Amino acid sequence: MIQVYRLFRHELRCLLYTPSTYIAMVLALMMMGFFYFLTLLTISAEEQDQLPPTLFFSLFWVPVLLIVPMLTMRSFAEERRLGTIETMLTAPVFPSQLVLAKFLAAYAFYLLVWVLTICFPVITSLVLQQPDLDQRLFHFGSLVGGYLFIAASGLLFVAIGIFTSSLTRSQLVAGMLSFSILFMLIVGVAAIHMLQINSGTGDLMADAVLDYFQVFNHFDDFSRGLVDTRPFAYYLTGTVAVLGFSVLIIESKS
Amino acid sequence: MEPEQHSIIAQNLCKRYGRTDAVRDLSFTVRQGEIVGFLGPNGAGKSTTLRMLTGILPATSGRLKVCGLSVPYHEREIRSKIGYMPENNPLPDDMRVIEYLKFRAKIKCIPRRLRKSRIEHALEVCELHRKARRRIIGTLSKGFRQRVGIADAILSAPVVTILDEPTIGLDPHQVIAIRRLLDNLRGETTVIFSSHILSEVEISCDRILIMNQGRLVACGTADELRKEFLPGSRYLVEASGSPDLIRDTLKLLGESWSVELSPVPRDGYYTVSLVNQDNGSDGQLILKQLMDSMKIGIRAFHPVQPTLEDIFLKATRRSWEVSSDDLTNPTMPKGGDEE
Repeated sequence: MIQVYRLFRHELRCLLYTPSTYIAMVLALMMMGFFYFLTLLTISAEEQDQLPPTLFFSLFWVPVLLIVPMLTMRSFAEERRLGTIETMLTAPVFPSQLVLAKFLAAYAFYLLVWVLTICFPVITSLVLQQPDLDQRLFHFGSLVGGYLFIAASGLLFVAIGIFTSSLTRSQLVAGMLSFSILFMLIVGVAAIHMLQINSGTGDLMADAVLDYFQVFNHFDDFSRGLVDTRPFAYYLTGTVAVLGFSVLIIESKS
Repeated sequence: MEPEQHSIIAQNLCKRYGRTDAVRDLSFTVRQGEIVGFLGPNGAGKSTTLRMLTGILPATSGRLKVCGLSVPYHEREIRSKIGYMPENNPLPDDMRVIEYLKFRAKIKCIPRRLRKSRIEHALEVCELHRKARRRIIGTLSKGFRQRVGIADAILSAPVVTILDEPTIGLDPHQVIAIRRLLDNLRGETTVIFSSHILSEVEISCDRILIMNQGRLVACGTADELRKEFLPGSRYLVEASGSPDLIRDTLKLLGESWSVELSPVPRDGYYTVSLVNQDNGSDGQLILKQLMDSMKIGIRAFHPVQPTLEDIFLKATRRSWEVSSDDLTNPTMPKGGDEE
């Protein structure tokens, strides 16, 4: 475990020195800021059933599609392109340790970006100074639920990014692959589910499977303050499986 | 020699990529503390073999022991006993030399109390201990980058140090520096390195392994290889006089001598190359033969040793001939068509 910690620190340092990390963070925060602004406009225009944090987090997938590929595309692709992965793996380091360290470092940055979004309600509260609004902006259940969902789903999303980076030498290909897989997972599954319901041909089994994989459904549960173990099981097992595949790929390609 | 005294034992090692045999039936040993040079044309299988030694690339078949441990079964232990510098020496460009070595020392599990002294030792051996230690790796010259790669390889005081092309792309000054560095490592660790600079290999190495087409075609000290591939005596004479007279006089030495004269004299002296395929021929006899003829003047006379380049060309050419004969006539025994 100490090896993972050493590699994790090294990876954090590498991410700190990489321009793409900052670009991803700035772009994502700008986009999130804009979404927060839209959320505020929406709630000021007319009465909404949903609370501001829920409305804001419901757009989670747009920043995810931007941040995850940019944070993870470099991890293995660049190491493989430069050949530094060979020197790394000839030290007493196992591929599993390397994959885990890279995953944890990228996940830490992913969480950091989302944690920074807490500044949006704080700034809004400071500017508007309305105690009634504060209660809605800082609604405990929806805020915690939203961040819990982001943390749980982020595990799988970042793992997918690490996996795609382990497949290729090209950062661009890794980024595009990661974007495509995440898009399929988040938007694609939802679209298939919607089509099935609309056509009225869906059988119960397929419906249950699609329901289980539906990321938006998980978000709805979390935002209502409903912390179910099923999404956790899904994201955790998915993360372990995807990282396991990454280890196999690193072992076979090295 | 006891097997325990061998740092590396390879037996019938094979590596196949699809339908291509990168390494075929390779067997060799390296003794503790030896400096061994790995030679071969491009694509001979040198890097593949070195990567198999590190455990990063599994062999298709065969047995491989490093430091007495079987490579596939003791990967982690072996990794802590070897130092490896890959071909092209990949390094992170955004780190400082000292930062990089500190990080490498940590992941090589060097105990904290030894870390500083090991880093300082590696920096000193590789002559990086002055200004270069604080430089960013991306700004270093090729020679210094090679030194950083070697410093990393020797950082954990490995039992076996494997260097893949440490002299590639270096200028003569840097090549001399790497030679000095290898000399510094003598006695500390077993070194196995591949190179295309044959003169360096001859100077630095205790033993030489030559590979071609995935096979080991020669193995031994430079003198042993000379005896095996280019046996006999060679002399160079600078003589004045009629070329026919020189030729006729030297023919009296016997049928075993082949005589070649340069077509044009230089300053009135012809350069005569004398080769006898049988070992042990005495130069005095040639000198006496020439001196007896009053019409021949001699300016220089000296024995010639074949260079490693000659041996390399001979060994790789012979293996090519053997391989091509294998293809055309697979039933013919390999030893039968050796020159």
